[in-house]
Amino acid sequence: MSSQHSHASGADHKHANHGSLKSYIVGFILSIVLTLLSFGCVMSGAVPHDLILPGIVVLCVAQVLVQLVFFLHLSAAPGQRDNLSIGVFTVLIIAIVVVGSLWVLHNMNVNMMHPAPAMSLGNAG
Amino acid sequence: MSSSTITATHDTVSHGVDHEHHDDGSKTLLGFWIYLMSDCLIFSALFATFAVLSNATVGGPNGKELFDLSYVLGETMLLLVSSFTFGVAMLNMHAGHRNKVIGWLFITFLFGAAFVAMEIHEFAHLIHEGAGPDRSAFLSSYFTLVGTHGLHVTCGLIWIVVMMDMIRRYGLNDAVTRRLSCLSLFWHFLDVVWICVFTIVYLRGVL
Repeated sequence: MSSQHSHASGADHKHANHGSLKSYIVGFILSIVLTLLSFGCVMSGAVPHDLILPGIVVLCVAQVLVQLVFFLHLSAAPGQRDNLSIGVFTVLIIAIVVVGSLWVLHNMNVNMMHPAPAMSLGNAG
Repeated sequence: MSSSTITATHDTVSHGVDHEHHDDGSKTLLGFWIYLMSDCLIFSALFATFAVLSNATVGGPNGKELFDLSYVLGETMLLLVSSFTFGVAMLNMHAGHRNKVIGWLFITFLFGAAFVAMEIHEFAHLIHEGAGPDRSAFLSSYFTLVGTHGLHVTCGLIWIVVMMDMIRRYGLNDAVTRRLSCLSLFWHFLDVVWICVFTIVYLRGVL
């Protein structure tokens, strides 16, 4: 029974891992649409300037998720849980590295006495 | 008698170990996934550097003057298509169609090589215009970030060629299947990194 069970979960695992032609096509089409939307946002000029940056960031995150799910087959399935938790941990580290660097160096730029564009925004004190 | 018991025990043990080991390479894939995540950290450091230095042009050209978005869209499409064709190669691998795997890997290689060629052309163009990595901190970080990605893609291309030769020589055995699965993760991962590159470097750069 236990061997049957492990066999069944193994089969599930295999199925979850490999994907199908359909899932690859869906992922491919979604990626192309999201890519075109990103470039369209910037190139068309139809989007208000303030909304472009949030727009492309949202589209970027969406496409990364699409590719992780449809191409890299990342999911919460039992066989993928290790990968998923390592991935989530990595995202945390990336967030600390990227946001931390931007925050620290932005603060430094604001507080330094040099003619940078940032100076005009902060009060020169 | 006692020796036969030992042998039997030994058999059971070695069988048990074999059974533990024979997990269709999922441990290797987990290890490779951890490598990919550490690669992610390299890229995140380069992205952070680029983001911090993106205004440090010291009077040199900025992204708005340098980047040609339709060219970058072309590069993106090449990489996207190559990711899809690699997926088809993997499906054929699981179905056991050896020659089709080689064929789709070859198509993937062509798209990947076209991407690298476009990127080299872009770099050569920038350097020719006097916007090389020595022009400003912005361009140094740009060349480092995009160049590191391009170097990864080049390594992936070499790996694809090696795998095509291995499939031709050994067929789709366990080792080849496991290595192809790792390469598949690697190739799709590079596509994910490129999504962040075109958004943060190019699209944000021309704003």
